Amino acid sequence: MSEVLVLVDSNSLADGKITKPTLELLTIARRLGEPSAVYIGDPSGSGEAPAETLAAYGAQKIYVIDDTDVSDYLVAPKAEALAQLVEKTSPAAVLIPSGGEGKEIAGRLAVKTGSGLITDAVDVQPGPDGTAVTTQSVFAGGYTVQARVTRGTPIITVKPNSATPEQAPGAGTLEDFPVTISEAAKAAKVTASEPRKATGRPELTEAAIVVSGGRGTGGDFSEVEAFADVLGAAVGASRAAVDSGWMPHAFQVGQTGKTVSPQLYVAGGISGAIQHRAGMQTSKTIVAVNKDEDAPIFELVDFGVVGDLHSVLRAATEKVTERKG
Amino acid sequence: MDAMDIVVCVKYVPDSTADRRFEADGTVDRAGVDGLLSELDEYAVEQALQLKEKDAGASTVTVLTVGPERATDAIRKALQMGADKAVHVVDEAIAGSDAVATSLVLANAVEKLGAWDVLICGMASTDGSMGVVPVMVAERLGVPAVTLGSEVEVDGSTVRIRRDGDVATETVEATLPAVVSVTDQSGEARYPSFKGIMAAKKKPLETWSLADLGVDAELVGLSAAWTEVQQTEARPPRTAGQVVADEDGSGAAALVEFLASKKFI
Ligand SMILES: Cc1cc2nc3c(=O)[nH]c(=O)nc-3n(C[C@H](O)[C@H](O)[C@H](O)COP(=O)(O)OP(=O)(O)OC[C@H]3O[C@@H](n4cnc5c(N)ncnc54)[C@H](O)[C@@H]3O)c2cc1C
Ligand SMILES: Nc1ncnc2c1ncn2[C@@H]1O[C@H](COP(=O)(O)O)[C@@H](O)[C@H]1O
Repeated sequence: MSEVLVLVDSNSLADGKITKPTLELLTIARRLGEPSAVYIGDPSGSGEAPAETLAAYGAQKIYVIDDTDVSDYLVAPKAEALAQLVEKTSPAAVLIPSGGEGKEIAGRLAVKTGSGLITDAVDVQPGPDGTAVTTQSVFAGGYTVQARVTRGTPIITVKPNSATPEQAPGAGTLEDFPVTISEAAKAAKVTASEPRKATGRPELTEAAIVVSGGRGTGGDFSEVEAFADVLGAAVGASRAAVDSGWMPHAFQVGQTGKTVSPQLYVAGGISGAIQHRAGMQTSKTIVAVNKDEDAPIFELVDFGVVGDLHSVLRAATEKVTERKG
Repeated sequence: MDAMDIVVCVKYVPDSTADRRFEADGTVDRAGVDGLLSELDEYAVEQALQLKEKDAGASTVTVLTVGPERATDAIRKALQMGADKAVHVVDEAIAGSDAVATSLVLANAVEKLGAWDVLICGMASTDGSMGVVPVMVAERLGVPAVTLGSEVEVDGSTVRIRRDGDVATETVEATLPAVVSVTDQSGEARYPSFKGIMAAKKKPLETWSLADLGVDAELVGLSAAWTEVQQTEARPPRTAGQVVADEDGSGAAALVEFLASKKFI
């Protein structure tokens, strides 16, 4: 069986704690061949045991690219390193986590290796001949598309929540992979970085429940956040709320923010513009609280309350707390 | 700051508020739906114009688009906003091109333009929305790319952007020439003024074919795509749910009941 390369996402590399999206990719990779994880950095450098986790979820091999020329720069060196690994292993596919960085690595890798690229897959299954067939959600979630790569090595970026991680022990053999990085690839560099304060809430794109607030909050997100916390949810926001400076852009749901597809999406004071829908339309269950009964968001909901979001969410938070006893 | 040659890549896309469709061959229906300049590329034009204003107008802003005849609508809008000149690459063979092929055409067009300093793109096209064309063009041209900027600044031969990432806000730098992509957080795009609309009529617009670029038609278009759409399916409309009015706190009670019935609590 051929190898399937899985690029370990950069959030996992930061502290060695392998995150859910990478486990999902390993699970998907097993459908297509033998998963080989690609780890950029030193897996023994953190207090965690990333290699054990990768192996537990099916990694037969773990290629370690431990080279400051790769880790210190932006995406170009990572794409060069992966291209060298593709050259060496001729994998059945390369799976990369979707997201700004992942898509850029994939874009460069596709050009370098003369391969077709599919971005933002929400599902990947083996086709009749065993090659990967992807499912994507396009046009603001209005269509689903099945596609496959017809040339080179299929390079596929996969969205979070596209599979349920399943354990399946693999050998997890560590293999150092030395790379040579060109000067050109090192021409772009991060010169300053200001980490965002951790919220203690689940990651927006990975959360099972998301509670979002819009312009209707009037800038007061306290009820939205309290309701999110009582449900163990992530907090999201519309662009109007982000543009008003109430929430950082990292919390924006929609066309130019995050796409989320949770089990439950709660929209408070959000009208439901097409660009917002683009980021949440595929949620399993949708709930909205809006004081305007004609708000377009009500066209999407499984359950809606016409009313003031502050009082409704505050009362609902109390009721949930009571129920939990 | 020296005068720069700034290139802005803009795409003509189907209107995202219209009913977008697929053709039988799995390509986006571009004829049946009204098109316009991708809203996200207006931010790229805006940043280009701001860079030009910072050096008192000495720089030149060239609009570059690869698209059908009607893509001139998108070009005209960018010229009306204030770009100086435009290049439209149009060729029957290009129809149905994927990102890989589009980036090949764009990179060859940029090379034909001659010397340039900054190439500004939008963060993603509102139809394809892959957000990969900018890095692919950079890869082909062998230049650095700094992407998803919410602020752009050129300082001598360095371009610097601010990027609001998931875990951090970063400052990212590269040496010119470089590709830059900007987000919708980079600042509201201007509307064309009346003067701008009049002036645009006299601005130079060149039309290039694949032959002008020396790009083999075999390498582009639907038949050369490196990916294949097998099936497209409209998502079934969501079935209308229950909407209740909140009276004296009844809304919260009903909401919690609903969530409990779905086992969310
Ligand atoms: C290129 C482009 C990209 C975009 N990308 C995104 C994106 O990624 N994400 C996104 O969200 N938007 C995006 N937008 C913006 C989008 O078009 C809308 O402007 C935006 O989603 C509106 O946000 P909102 O629903 O919070 O505000 P509004 O549309 O102003 O709606 C506010 C709602 O709150 C309700 N309300 C007011 N007070 C209360 C109250 N006390 N209690 C209950 N309800 C109340 C009102 O009835 C109203 O329905 C984009 C736009 C463009 C052009
Ligand atoms: N056909 C095209 N002509 C000119 N620029 C394009 C074209 N396609 C994409 N671009 C540029 O690349 C950016 C990202 O596009 P995409 O990768 O298609 O999402 C756009 O915002 C444009 O700046």
